[in-house]
Amino acid sequence: MEKWQDNRAWLLILPVFVIVAFSAVVPLITVVNYSVQDIFGPGQRLFVGTEWFREVLGDPRLHAALWRQFGFSALVLVLEIPLGVLIALAMPKKGWGVSLSLVLLALPLLIPWNVIGTIWIIFTRPDIGLMGAALNAMGLAFDHTARPLDAWITLMLMEVWHWTPLVALLAYAGLRAIPEPYYQAAKIDGASAWAVFRYIQLPKMRGVLTIAVLLRFMDSFLIYAEPFVLTGGGPGDSTTFLSIYLVKIAVGQFDLGPAAAFSLIYFLIVLLFSWLFYQALQNVGTGANR
Amino acid sequence: MARITLREVAHSYQVYPGGETDFALKRIHQVWEDGGAYALLGPSGCGKTTLLNVISGLLSPSRGRVFYDERDVTVQSPEQRNIAQVFQFPVLYDTMTVYGNLAFPLKNRGLDGAVIRRRVEEVAEILDLTPQLQSKAAGLSADAKQKISLGRGLVRSDVAAILFDEPLTVIDPHLKWQLRRKLKEVHEQLKLTLIYVTHDQVEALTFADQVMVMYQGELVQVGTPQELFENPRHRFVGYFIGSPGMNFLPCRVQGDAAQVDGVGIPLDPEIAGRAAAARGALELGIRPMFLEVHQAPAEGRIAVRVKTVEDQGSFKIVTVKLAGYSLKARLPEGRPVPEAEAYVRFPLDRTRIFCDGRLLS
Repeated sequence: MEKWQDNRAWLLILPVFVIVAFSAVVPLITVVNYSVQDIFGPGQRLFVGTEWFREVLGDPRLHAALWRQFGFSALVLVLEIPLGVLIALAMPKKGWGVSLSLVLLALPLLIPWNVIGTIWIIFTRPDIGLMGAALNAMGLAFDHTARPLDAWITLMLMEVWHWTPLVALLAYAGLRAIPEPYYQAAKIDGASAWAVFRYIQLPKMRGVLTIAVLLRFMDSFLIYAEPFVLTGGGPGDSTTFLSIYLVKIAVGQFDLGPAAAFSLIYFLIVLLFSWLFYQALQNVGTGANR
Repeated sequence: MARITLREVAHSYQVYPGGETDFALKRIHQVWEDGGAYALLGPSGCGKTTLLNVISGLLSPSRGRVFYDERDVTVQSPEQRNIAQVFQFPVLYDTMTVYGNLAFPLKNRGLDGAVIRRRVEEVAEILDLTPQLQSKAAGLSADAKQKISLGRGLVRSDVAAILFDEPLTVIDPHLKWQLRRKLKEVHEQLKLTLIYVTHDQVEALTFADQVMVMYQGELVQVGTPQELFENPRHRFVGYFIGSPGMNFLPCRVQGDAAQVDGVGIPLDPEIAGRAAAARGALELGIRPMFLEVHQAPAEGRIAVRVKTVEDQGSFKIVTVKLAGYSLKARLPEGRPVPEAEAYVRFPLDRTRIFCDGRLLS
């Protein structure tokens, strides 16, 4: 085929450039801009270099929030991925049960995030909440507004309830895509249920599980609305995650410079870990790095 | 190794089958001798795979019994029957090496490590997989993958039979030939019962000692390639085997001749007698190879019009018009090709009469 050279072709991709510029590049550059200046008001600004970065990196409250954040994301992955896969394995493969279980699973995903927080506040209230009151009636003191451990338990329950269905749906789609002869061959080879899972189902779910891990890591690492509504970051700072702390600095104290510097670091951490997860999941078990 | 017997087997995928048409397998009553190479040949949807799955135990038939030697295995699993099956698309355990794949069925049966190693190495040798033993199975070519699937069957020294479900579909044409030869070699070396499902007649005829032709859930004929070619017992066999397939002309029989739209074609008196007694729609059938085409009229020759001539290299296919019907004839290279007019002769010993699709003999 003959190759055509025509610079007017640039016009065709111009809309994409404009959209990406206004939706991603300009805001990002603005953040970079804020992160190296001290802004007192319109027209009053001072270049400060790396001062905000040094301030933010030395902030002990931020360190605490970062570790809390890693702990939260790790718990989310450790709980939701295996649980989601188990649910997917247990789901019916045909008949009316399929539609029913899909609808039931999808329900939590359809609820707005701040409403989820509200639902769980009511559910766990020690005086009237179904769970909170029941636990207290059994003699187990439970109050997520006063006790950090209770706040974490509530938060994890809410998070698992809310997002495990996503993992389950992805895993289920991956399982359904395995052609029948794989199971037939395994039967003929005399494979146990565990061997079928380990050598057929798990490797065949690699793609969907990679997506599940990445989505759950990014979402949990950036989590804001649910814990903000449920605990507001408390009691004390015990559930103050990075984005909650970030909003406190940016909106609460109006420290745009440190907030911008912090945002950039935050962004890089998410990017770095997503890349690490992606590489690890693509290569595990393929012998590519041997 | 075992002789496989199917007694009055029928299978329907419906829970409450109604009439004949609900059955994917209608009535299969057949023996597969120990050590034989069989091909199951038929068009898509004729029930070949269903039959194979009934033999292997992936399916339990709605009716009838399955025997391996004298043992009734009707309700046993493929593992209990100790069968191996190779599927249309290579089935591999992607995360394992070739060695791991071949060793898998033995490990599942809890065999000793040294025994496993010896068997795997033997089988790898037979299948020319020794150089790849330590590489990951996922990265290999389709034919190597298919050999691994076969190898997982061969490693079990006591395997009852190996079943193939169109195993060469995804293989490149030039490798198909090699792999088919490999299969034949394996068969001769190990004397295993092989059952090979295919819709490709060349594959079936070159691979098998006995070809079983399936049509609409029935085994319409079982025989050597030659028998199928010369004496198709069913209209479908005549049409499906041979290239081009058999010619069929609807006819009536009067005296010692078949009448096709007023044209008389002489028949063997014995066949004519039986045809006259038969009830049902009669058809005359002849292979293109046996239909003689001449340039000059003579006794017993019938005048026809030549429609087209196709040159196929070593022979020509002549299409002629007899009464309202088209007939194909295969002309060896070097024979003069008639142009507009020709005369065909139906040799008595090659002309067959079918009644409702079945051969009168």
